[in-house]
Amino acid sequence: MRPYIDKKNKMTQQIYLGLFIIFFIFSLLQVGILDERIFQAFSRVENLLKGMVPPAISEPIDVAGAAVESLQVAVMGTLWGVVFSIVLAMFAAKNVSPHISISYAVKAFAAFVRAVPALIWALLFIVAIGLGPTPGILALAVNSIGMLMKVYAEAIEEIDTGIIDALKATGASQFQVVMQGIIPSIMSIFISWSIFRFDINIRYAAVLGVVGAGGIGWELVRASRVMAYDEVLGITLVIFGMILLAELVTRFLKDRADMATLKAME
Amino acid sequence: MSEVVLETKDLSMVFPDGTQALKNVTLTIKKGELVSIIGPSGAGKSTFMRSLNMLNKPTDGQIVFEGENVLKARGKQLRQIRRRIGMVFQHFNLIKRSPTYQNVLHGRLGYMPSLKGGLGRFSEEDTRQALEILRRVGLEDQAFKRADELSGGQQQRVGIARAIAQTPSLLLADEPIASLDPSSSENVMTYLKNVCQEDGLTSIVNLHQVDFAKKFAHRIIGIKAGEVVFDGSPKELTEGITNHLYYSK
Repeated sequence: MRPYIDKKNKMTQQIYLGLFIIFFIFSLLQVGILDERIFQAFSRVENLLKGMVPPAISEPIDVAGAAVESLQVAVMGTLWGVVFSIVLAMFAAKNVSPHISISYAVKAFAAFVRAVPALIWALLFIVAIGLGPTPGILALAVNSIGMLMKVYAEAIEEIDTGIIDALKATGASQFQVVMQGIIPSIMSIFISWSIFRFDINIRYAAVLGVVGAGGIGWELVRASRVMAYDEVLGITLVIFGMILLAELVTRFLKDRADMATLKAME
Repeated sequence: MSEVVLETKDLSMVFPDGTQALKNVTLTIKKGELVSIIGPSGAGKSTFMRSLNMLNKPTDGQIVFEGENVLKARGKQLRQIRRRIGMVFQHFNLIKRSPTYQNVLHGRLGYMPSLKGGLGRFSEEDTRQALEILRRVGLEDQAFKRADELSGGQQQRVGIARAIAQTPSLLLADEPIASLDPSSSENVMTYLKNVCQEDGLTSIVNLHQVDFAKKFAHRIIGIKAGEVVFDGSPKELTEGITNHLYYSK
């Protein structure tokens, strides 16, 4: 039996490998990555690079304002995402949901929301609300809900049913069971996922402006339209600095959260 | 000693998969009695106990607790019954990340408005009471530690303290010492018996160690395959009966 299974597995592997190689060659021919345009592009890239150096920021106050707006969009988007996710997670987690069908419905909603990228949400909200930071915030919040609700619900489903029983047995109401039993039990998972999501949202917030949802991305588009390549580089550096700073902050927060978890393990 | 606290009539439970966990259990528990339920694993001891406060729902029969029909109770009425029944669990079931005194305060949740209790705004009086109860179970030094920093035996004493904080008229303990070492078991059972006697509590304790049951209880009930097969004083529990309970088919 054993050699037969090995042989069969090997054959499956070879089929997959073959299919992959065929697809790769097909893509290469179709898309033509080795286009002659790439070789012709050198002179243009040279011009572009010359235009970029030295980087410049013509209106520092506007750019700084836009950078702060991006941060605000990220913070607000994460905050609303976290708040709605925690509430929805209580209905999504099978062990606390009022009914199993509600759990499936909420989880299906989350899967749908997750499947649509943040940029598409931003475009939809811009159509509905208009340009500016508000559609950006909504897009990030909705996109965060898709992910956070799933991980929160999974954390809740993994907690010991015994603690729910114990609090119910004291005569506690459902709200009290959630607030006094479930939330303290998932707190560290909750914090580390929320911080992780904030990290993602900062990156998104920088890009969302490209489609007109507020923030520094819009400045980038504006500069590239007028071919002010020195400014494009300047703004890119600002974005880079912003994300770096945010990463330092989230790493610090995460270390703190991990410390608390480590202390708990002792 | 004659007032009836709890009465079950023909209590039966069939699990969805068809297993009959309880068969016509009819019992009367009087005020102040310390009752031990013994029997092999899977005999239905836990199922019976969890039925009493509706942590699982019996399929047939009746439970009357202090004159109230437990099986008919819903929502607020059920919560008001539950808060008068303290429960201690095999795995302690404490909120591990919350401090010890807060775990004791959870015993007060049933007496508080939902919002106030949910936000953990316990009154000063309740907090003082909680610390006093911790002192009674010998844990006043551990009051502000996180529950999971305590040893198993200590955690179970917090479990007892939480149940006592409910000022219950009935205390249920479901295998309270099954996951503890022998010396902690001894210790926990002593505390359990002491608080029951000091407060004149009625108590039902599931145990599978017959010697602990004999030491603890005034009355022993033997359950086998979901049926009551023995009900009497510890003296009446002979070796023959124990053997029948645990070993014979």
